[in-house]
Amino acid sequence: MTLWEKMKASPVLGGKEGVIGLAVLAAIIFVVLPLGVDIFRLNLIGKYLTYAFVAVGLVMLWGHGGILSLGQGIFFGLGGYAMAMFLKLEASDPLSTKIQSTPGIPDFMDWNQLTALPWFWEPFKSLPFTIFAVLTIPALFAYIIGYAMFKRRVGGVYFSIITQAVALILSILIVGQQGYTGGVNGMTDLRTMLGWDIRTDSAKYILYFVNGLLLFGAIFLSKYIMSSKFGMLLLAMRDKEERVRFSGYDVSNFKIFIFCLAAMMSAVGGAMFTLQVGFMSPSFVGIVPSIEMVIFCAVGGRASLIGAVYGTLLVNYGKTVFSENYPEMWLYLMGGLFIAVVMFFPSGLAGIWDKYATKYGWFKEKAKPVKKPEVSTSEVEAQAVLTDTATEASLATESTSVVSKKVTRKKADASPAIESNKLRGAEA
Amino acid sequence: MSNTDFVLAVEDLTVSFDGFKAVDSLTMYIDKNELRVLVGPNGAGKTTVLDLICGKTKSTSGSIKFNNTELTKLSEHEIVRSGVGRKFQNPSIYENLSVYQNLEVSYPKGRGVFGSLTFKRTKEVEDRVRKVAEDIMLTEFLDMESALLSHGQKQWLEIGMLLMQEPELLMLDEPVAGMSAKERDQTADLLNRICQNRSVIVIEHDMEFVKKIAHKVTVLHQGKILAEGPMEKVQADEKVIEVYLGH
Repeated sequence: MTLWEKMKASPVLGGKEGVIGLAVLAAIIFVVLPLGVDIFRLNLIGKYLTYAFVAVGLVMLWGHGGILSLGQGIFFGLGGYAMAMFLKLEASDPLSTKIQSTPGIPDFMDWNQLTALPWFWEPFKSLPFTIFAVLTIPALFAYIIGYAMFKRRVGGVYFSIITQAVALILSILIVGQQGYTGGVNGMTDLRTMLGWDIRTDSAKYILYFVNGLLLFGAIFLSKYIMSSKFGMLLLAMRDKEERVRFSGYDVSNFKIFIFCLAAMMSAVGGAMFTLQVGFMSPSFVGIVPSIEMVIFCAVGGRASLIGAVYGTLLVNYGKTVFSENYPEMWLYLMGGLFIAVVMFFPSGLAGIWDKYATKYGWFKEKAKPVKKPEVSTSEVEAQAVLTDTATEASLATESTSVVSKKVTRKKADASPAIESNKLRGAEA
Repeated sequence: MSNTDFVLAVEDLTVSFDGFKAVDSLTMYIDKNELRVLVGPNGAGKTTVLDLICGKTKSTSGSIKFNNTELTKLSEHEIVRSGVGRKFQNPSIYENLSVYQNLEVSYPKGRGVFGSLTFKRTKEVEDRVRKVAEDIMLTEFLDMESALLSHGQKQWLEIGMLLMQEPELLMLDEPVAGMSAKERDQTADLLNRICQNRSVIVIEHDMEFVKKIAHKVTVLHQGKILAEGPMEKVQADEKVIEVYLGH
């Protein structure tokens, strides 16, 4: 077997379509964008791609598991802060902070009359510990939240609201504890990592590629999980939780695991954010960023891993363009976008792509009888009313949103009219 | 309570919802290889009895012993793992998975988080899925999305998902509801076949169907046993005729 055949046959990658999808995304991230845009823009895209970690986690958690967390910013923030603490300590050596009343501690501590480094900051002097903390602390936090809720069978809207509340509490805590966290300004003026200046163009290029590779790592890991029995159980749980429980599974353990994993991915994204952007602040922890991340995932297609990456890039591109020109309008537009996606394209870009791919038979040889996750109607939104559109767009096979963004975007422009006509027809 | 030779020994079982006793001091024994049918008017507590046995509802008092293991203290998944399978009243299958996947997910290996991540579709699993699919007459639909099955076929699929686990005690809540006459006959055959090596409890309203399958019938009324025994005896019982069969 050639490598191509092997890849096509792999259930993990999702057949020919899945391999092409991954290859196109890889080409865009690793070739087209680095060659096509300047380092300022590329750094911006790198920042967007750190949100994609959260979106990929949400695809598993929400798209496949049916668990809508409105608090993924918690984990993004924890990861980001852990990395920022390390970088801040390195930036606060006694020499460069000699004008402070207590040299050798971060500047914001000095401004807040702290005279010694708090004990929980000490371990963050070590990079290995910091990396370990990025991977474990958010996951541990998710475990505690998940254990407390899933073991008591808290789910659905209640889970979403509680995660939202936790995100709010954490952001308030960070703002309030100025001396320990840098308060509302966050941790700024981060310069070097083990002596390597992260603000130079070459460092930005390297971090962009590292970020891209880690993102692909997250996607591959997710693909493996979805193709395992665990992935099948996630879908089964979303559909009929009781049936899974009465088939001998401890449902809460599966939910806790996927929640922790999504948290861990978000945290890696957060750490990469800090490295590429050079600061971390509470505005990436609270409710608004958490909901934005859900929107990225929904726009891309909440059942499609690759769709989530495109969704993240697209929405953030839109955000940058619009907020430059109409800063006060952006939030309304974002809200409108979310409502439009939920009402007319419950499977997001991936669903639109899939519909046309099926219609024109671009992947004829596929002919898989089993369609991947239909978007569950048991969610928070009021999409149930529009079930006819839901079934239309329900063919959210993983990794289908792929292929050139141009094509997808054109479709996105063309479809609202078609869809709404159809709706009107159905009503009449 | 002492140990018995019965597969299932329910003794003095009571559950009360805000003072209303849905099941009231119920005592019932199920033998090995027995097929028992629970009948009774609406609200008699039939479904609640099954809920209590499988752990969906917690009892107020009394004991449920399955192979002399007390079930009332176990959680749902532990009860299932000890060998009790339960089919719900409405067909409860995973509509967005294929028939094959529905059966595969029910295979009793890889039930932990990490077990499920490393679970492999071995020859053994494959054979078992095909064997069960044959039993439930769905071999030709294995690759179909299960949402597309007919109502009757969904009922069979759920029975098949339970058979995958090879339970010692199988509990079926109205397995022929919504089935055509032909499907009912096929289901009766199916039940007679599958109770060879296990005990089965069935809730059913259709008396014709009950006659075809029941070894023994238990009539419930207001949470209590009104009559118990072979079909002919129960049918002739005056109390039963009065509250249930008479109208």
